[in-house]
Amino acid sequence: MTRTPARRTLRIAGAGAAALLALSACSSTSGDATTGASGPPELSGTVTVFAAASLEESFETLGAEFERQHPGTEVSFNFGGSDSLAAGITNGAPADVFAAASPKTMAVVTDQDGTAGRPVTFVRNQLQIATLPGNPDRISSLKDLTEPGLKVVLCDKEVPCGAAAQKALDAAGLDLEPVSYEQDVKGALTKVELKEADAAVVYRTDVRAAGDKVEGVDFPESADAVNDYPIALLKDAPHARAAKAFIALVRSAEGQKVLTDAGFLEP
Amino acid sequence: MSAESRAGGPPRRPKGSRGVPLPLLVPALLGLAFLLVPLIALLLRTPWRGLPEQLTSPGVWEALRLSLICATAATALSLVLGVPLAWLLARTEFPGRGLVRALVTLPLVLPPVVGGVALLLALGRNGVVGRWLDAWFGITLPFTTTGVVLAETFVAMPFLVISVEGTLRAADPRYEEAATTLGASRFTAFRRVTLPLIAPGIAAGAVLAWARALGEFGATITFAGNFPGRTQTMPLAVYLALQNDPAAAIALSLVLLTVSIAVLAGLRDRWMRAT
Amino acid sequence: MTENDGFPHGSPPGSARPDSAPPNGAPPGNARPNGTPSEAPARSDGVDTRLIVERGTFRLDVALRAAPGEVVALLGPNGAGKTTALRALAGLTPLTGGHLRLDGVALDRTPPESRPVGVVFQDYLLFPHLTALDNVAFGPRCQGATKAKARAQAAGWLDRMGLTAHASAKPRRLSGGQAQRVALARALATRPRLLLLDEPLAALDARTRLEVRAQLRHHLAGFEAVAVLVTHDPLDAMVLADRLVVVEHGEVVQEGTPAEIARRPRTDYVAQLVGLNLYKGRAEGHTVRLDAGPVITTTEDLAGPVFVAFPPGAVTLYRERPAGSSARNLWRCSVTGLETHGDQIRAALTGELSLTADLTAVAAAELDLHPGAEVWAAVKAAQTHAYPA
Repeated sequence: MTRTPARRTLRIAGAGAAALLALSACSSTSGDATTGASGPPELSGTVTVFAAASLEESFETLGAEFERQHPGTEVSFNFGGSDSLAAGITNGAPADVFAAASPKTMAVVTDQDGTAGRPVTFVRNQLQIATLPGNPDRISSLKDLTEPGLKVVLCDKEVPCGAAAQKALDAAGLDLEPVSYEQDVKGALTKVELKEADAAVVYRTDVRAAGDKVEGVDFPESADAVNDYPIALLKDAPHARAAKAFIALVRSAEGQKVLTDAGFLEP
Repeated sequence: MSAESRAGGPPRRPKGSRGVPLPLLVPALLGLAFLLVPLIALLLRTPWRGLPEQLTSPGVWEALRLSLICATAATALSLVLGVPLAWLLARTEFPGRGLVRALVTLPLVLPPVVGGVALLLALGRNGVVGRWLDAWFGITLPFTTTGVVLAETFVAMPFLVISVEGTLRAADPRYEEAATTLGASRFTAFRRVTLPLIAPGIAAGAVLAWARALGEFGATITFAGNFPGRTQTMPLAVYLALQNDPAAAIALSLVLLTVSIAVLAGLRDRWMRAT
Repeated sequence: MTENDGFPHGSPPGSARPDSAPPNGAPPGNARPNGTPSEAPARSDGVDTRLIVERGTFRLDVALRAAPGEVVALLGPNGAGKTTALRALAGLTPLTGGHLRLDGVALDRTPPESRPVGVVFQDYLLFPHLTALDNVAFGPRCQGATKAKARAQAAGWLDRMGLTAHASAKPRRLSGGQAQRVALARALATRPRLLLLDEPLAALDARTRLEVRAQLRHHLAGFEAVAVLVTHDPLDAMVLADRLVVVEHGEVVQEGTPAEIARRPRTDYVAQLVGLNLYKGRAEGHTVRLDAGPVITTTEDLAGPVFVAFPPGAVTLYRERPAGSSARNLWRCSVTGLETHGDQIRAALTGELSLTADLTAVAAAELDLHPGAEVWAAVKAAQTHAYPA
């Protein structure tokens, strides 16, 4: 299910390789400039990327592409909830790049001067309603979720997708009582995938990743709760040069293509 | 078993730590420190000034109450189902018993979240069993307090079964035989002879199960979800508080710790010392 | 005996035990569970059994009959199958064949809790969490007596055993002898028709043993039904039992009163138990050619296969071949071992004939006996005893 689109993105990546090569060459020369003439032009070492769980599939694809373009490098990912990743970074976890699911969690790191330079928004994510396959309950709007007897799960207000959902509900002036406030987006989605809940409010990317196990329904109020994903090079990055190159790849047209294919919106 | 050992009663244990060999003392103290230092760190970082405010929020007490009720109910359920299961494993022969014993301990190695998913697949609205519960009795377990109890039981019962089975194996099965020669059915023998004999092991197992159930997080949130007052137990509240307000999370952990230490210490004095 | 013990006869109401028939005027066998009228029209009291238990390579096949009031000892070496036989009688080990009838009732398929059988286990197995009184009251309670009634009965039993002062003691506070008596009271309190005792004195030290043996003998003598005790100690068997059944390798090798067995052992094990040298051979008049080779002259005049036995005390040892003693039984042997046996020295000999000989310490010193020493062993014909095999 998820293999085929991933492979397609790889092929597309191959098509745009020329542009990327130019880009990486550019970044490596800039690296040379900072480290002095003695440094080799090739990138090397392991880039450690802490990234929000929702980025997992896209970043795996981009990581493989990065390693292909820069033999001798390796990209190691730590996917998880943005909050715990941020907590890990501020407590000294050795990471080069942090890609968060919300500016708020990125702020946890920047507040402690943990980043080198300002974080930039590289994608945005919008909410969608995930329904059972075929949408048997005919859900077409956020209001439909307030139908009595319908089992809806939301993310907990403490996590980004829950906060966003609350914002959308507030914007629509709706009062929704879910059966559960899930601890993360995957938890909410799992409940629908296993047909335990009839609907969940999650991100478009999650609906996309779930394939045909759920069906996505757009709703206008989601525009009020668009989530920005910031990315930043970390101050104490052990492999800053390669890390910069990875961030550049993510922000390149090639990277954006991979991410939008996964359901993200361009910034 | 000589007449002397019968008449003499249990041997006296030497008192005090005089004569504890260093190769035992050093690792023992290190082990103790290893277990205690994280707790001390938690205490050191507790935002004592904000604590009264944290503790007076009704959500905390709701979650604590739910935690205690569910852990106790899960322990009771584990006792009702687990003690007979332990007896079956310890006292009867049947093909594949070794495999069954391994399966019983499976929830110990299974990541709790996976356990929660497994419970959904079994007892959920579309689960193998849950579908019939729903169709015949209109019972749905996910997102209910009962679901919390079941999730906690799933994770905690193996502790009880293993503990009780071990005690049963150590207990002399001939006491049961002696009881049957006195006219007791096998069940009466179990109830009136075996059960009192293994009571300390059952108590220890129940305490383990209770402690495990109280701290249960993964299976609970996966199977029963998280809704304040209904399925949000303390560990769930702590986890979610941790997302944005670590200080609150520490305060909540402290409450959970205090209550569980009080209960465990109380039980230990009452049960474990009893002969 | 039963008339003045102060306890109601028969089983309490609700008991499944088939001993509810009054001792006199018993109903015909068909009124009893499992009893077939054609098979047991007349009342056949006591035990009638053939116990066959097969487990791996071990096979137990023991036939046993005993009348009420009789005390039978199953005597045999360790591993002979005595305890298996006892467990089979109690129903704790299922029979693979044979039959078991008690007072005419077939019990083969009856579970242990429904058999009118009481067991005193080797280490008593008193329930450690119950007082002596409640241990004894356990059986009556299981038979449906109320708590008060069961306790009253138990108190009566403890009184008979002289244990009233220890009624509220937990088993671990009891001495070995007291525990043994509580175990006996507990077994008797179910009013069994068959009482089984597994090595009843083995758990006791020598001094207690003497005393408890005498008490047990007294209680067994007063027991109106069948008692079967299992022991490897010939003294226990001979003091306590009316009849001995010697079991070796899962089979009965000899059966009889203690006196018969002591006088005429039929296997090496029994001979050793009763302290005799025993040989098998073929008699022609006063001469017995032993299977082991040499010839023994006896006083009995027999023909055909016989046993010849003589006690170790009948053997005289010499360092030099005694002169002019051709009429006597004389064999050239060497000493393989020496041990003290009471106030005597027992010498194990091998050579023309393997035998044991008892002699005084003084004699042993004079003869300079030591392992490997060459000796001549002589036995007078009058001190041998030959009997048909």
